[in-house]
Amino acid sequence: MANTKKRIPTQHVIGFLLSLVMTLVAAWAVIGSDLPKMWVIISILILALLQAGVQLFMFMHITEESSDGGHVPWNMMFHGFALAAILVAGSLFTMSFGFDHGDMDMDDGHKQEQHSEHSE
Amino acid sequence: MALDEFFVTGEPLIYAGMVSIALVTSAIIFLLTYFKKWGWLWREWLTTVDHKKIGIMYILSALVMLFRGGADALMMRTQLAFPGLEFLDSQHYNEIFTTHGTVMIIFMAMPFLIGLMNIIVPLQIGARDFAFPFVNAVSFWAFFLGAMLFNISFVIGGSPDAGWTSYTPLAGAAMSPGPGQNFYLMGLQLSGIGTLATGINLMVTILKMRAPGMKLFHMPIFTWSTLVTCFIIVFAFPILTVALALMTIDRIFGAQFFTLTGEGLPMMWANLFWMWGHPEVYIVILPAFGIFSEVIATFAKKRLFGYNAMVWSMIIIALLSFLVWVHHFFTMGAGAFVNSVFSVSTMLIAVPTGVKIFNWLATLYKSRIEFTVPMLWSLAFIPSFILGGVTGVMLGMAAADYQFHNSYFLIAHFHYVLIAGTVFACFAGLVYWYPKMFGHKMNERIGKWAFWLFLIGFHICFFPQYFLGLDGMPRRLFITNIAEWLPLNVISTVGAFGMGAGFAVFVFNIYYSYRYSEREKTGDAWGHGRTLEWSTTTPVPFYNFATVPYVDEIDPYVRMKEEGKTTFDEKKLKPIHMPSYSGQPIIMMSFFALASFALVFEWIPLAIAGLLGGVACMAFRSFDYDDGYYVQVDEIKRTERKARGL
Ligand code: HEM
Ligand SMILES: [Cu+2]
Repeated sequence: MANTKKRIPTQHVIGFLLSLVMTLVAAWAVIGSDLPKMWVIISILILALLQAGVQLFMFMHITEESSDGGHVPWNMMFHGFALAAILVAGSLFTMSFGFDHGDMDMDDGHKQEQHSEHSE
Repeated sequence: MALDEFFVTGEPLIYAGMVSIALVTSAIIFLLTYFKKWGWLWREWLTTVDHKKIGIMYILSALVMLFRGGADALMMRTQLAFPGLEFLDSQHYNEIFTTHGTVMIIFMAMPFLIGLMNIIVPLQIGARDFAFPFVNAVSFWAFFLGAMLFNISFVIGGSPDAGWTSYTPLAGAAMSPGPGQNFYLMGLQLSGIGTLATGINLMVTILKMRAPGMKLFHMPIFTWSTLVTCFIIVFAFPILTVALALMTIDRIFGAQFFTLTGEGLPMMWANLFWMWGHPEVYIVILPAFGIFSEVIATFAKKRLFGYNAMVWSMIIIALLSFLVWVHHFFTMGAGAFVNSVFSVSTMLIAVPTGVKIFNWLATLYKSRIEFTVPMLWSLAFIPSFILGGVTGVMLGMAAADYQFHNSYFLIAHFHYVLIAGTVFACFAGLVYWYPKMFGHKMNERIGKWAFWLFLIGFHICFFPQYFLGLDGMPRRLFITNIAEWLPLNVISTVGAFGMGAGFAVFVFNIYYSYRYSEREKTGDAWGHGRTLEWSTTTPVPFYNFATVPYVDEIDPYVRMKEEGKTTFDEKKLKPIHMPSYSGQPIIMMSFFALASFALVFEWIPLAIAGLLGGVACMAFRSFDYDDGYYVQVDEIKRTERKARGL
């Protein structure tokens, strides 16, 4: 309680502005820029990583000295990664029945699997 | 936009709705003004950050939403029993099943449980409030305004009509133009963010603010269920937030995430929706399990059998709940391998659930059961829920699901789990903790009437629906005049009105008990309380515990009673640090609600203004250094002596 006296939380303000700027840049990269598709994807991925970094370092106490038990939310970060993996891998897995535009003859599961193999 | 596009016109039922809304609103305004209660309302309720009051507001709103959702249900049942009356046309029917589903899950079940958690969890762990009381108020207003936004859709702009699952491409801009679907998106978004914040808030509260000595495995089982639920909320709700945002961008700004054109993937919506949606059904059932466990242990007058197994089964259910979502769209065309994987994971969930059932039975075994109203709800839950669970496993078999999917069999399944699970638990929990909240019990005799009406009505309503499903009646259908279907539909409707009567008696009981029930004199209303919430006085002082007891066992209050200890130890009194009330949460969320409302009608400038207002409030809050205040020892002494009659 003692150290919350009137003091501008510089780090938080900077972090907040940084995350806003990065979001806007990402939106611009997709909507406004003329970058080739590959570069758009790469740049928004990099921005996403930076964004996560800003959150972790400027808001989530990851740099704080471990005081009684430690503040670094390893546990939650691990679960976060696990969930992201489920989300991405799971979506790819479920959608892998060959949703490839116009070719949606689904009478026969076996035929489909062959389709998706061909389209790789 | 012309006024007659803004308001919904041409439906007598809806005109009636408008009139009643206008009447009720003016009656409320009149009463508040006449009795000069505006100041009281603002000071005591709208600005409160006290978890107990916020909890009560959650429960009140949930009861209102139960009424709204119930009215929807009765209208649908009327149509289905008397298709010849042409009571509802197809469009109106679509709108009603959509709002019914959404209201019941998002605005009734979850808030009801969150309300109970709000009130009880801090009391069970010996905390004086939430970790972030201000955020708690923000969450409540987010939920409340989101719910209101969704609910006005039927008189303003038109209701959403693409089902509570809101599947694309039907729900996309091309096939559902107009504000209806936007109400769904914005209403859920606003209240969903509130739920997410509550999840974080409660999780921190439980992890960091337990009474000294209380290890995780000393916590009451309802608190455990809340903790596990919070984990699910924190991991599942962001998926909903993102999916809703993507669809909003699709509909309002012309993106193509879920459209048929422009390489959109309509199925991705179903995928994302159920990645949240399945965990969501466990968000509403795990706290219910927690409530039943508390009630059963209390009135069986025994320690809960297999406490550790109960906790671990909840944790396993939580993990598995993220691995089964595909069972909601087995029939969408995934290959046999994909379906088999999710079929197996789905059936696995029945194992930890079965463990819990046996633990409840073992708790009851050879105990001297006291048949109070909360206990009746809990006892009725066990066999009824088993019917829902077993049919769930049937649905989980992918091959069989091709037959059951989207038939009334499915409808019967999820009502058996959601009503016999969640709704019974809400009633049980409300009646059980009612004396803690309001200082008097609910009348037992009237409570039993409500219980039997509702229980019998429930089975009459939903049991026939399994057979309707097997007879091939699809869900979301408004015509039933087919010889095989009509009789069962009529029976089902009779049951539905029985449930309606049960609910009416329940609500009447609230009024009756307020007038006539004996006021509580001790904190341990049922006489068999086992956990810390019963060790507080009734009414609970705003700081909850004058002195927080040291806890190093399960069911600490049992021993406290034996040893004559209380939560008031004059020698140990210290000033108590409490958060101050604040009008900021309601103002901040009103701005966001305004922005959401504007987005529904795609009025971009107004939406931007609302957003800026909300952000300005947040900035203001960031530099607000109100650290709360201290309750002095004298005041604590005075309050406690009075409450304890010392
Ligand atoms: C033993 C545990 C359970 C199993 C194996 C199970 C299985 C299933 C399956 C396979 C479906 C999809 C069927 C279809 O669409 O054809 C389903 C639907 C559903 N289940 Fe369960 N379930 C279980 C428990 C629950 C619980 C505890 C709840 C909520 C409290 C719940 C709520 C729902 C809902 C709301 C739906 C329908 C959603 C919709 O399509 O609108 N289920 N269940
Ligand atoms: Cu499911």
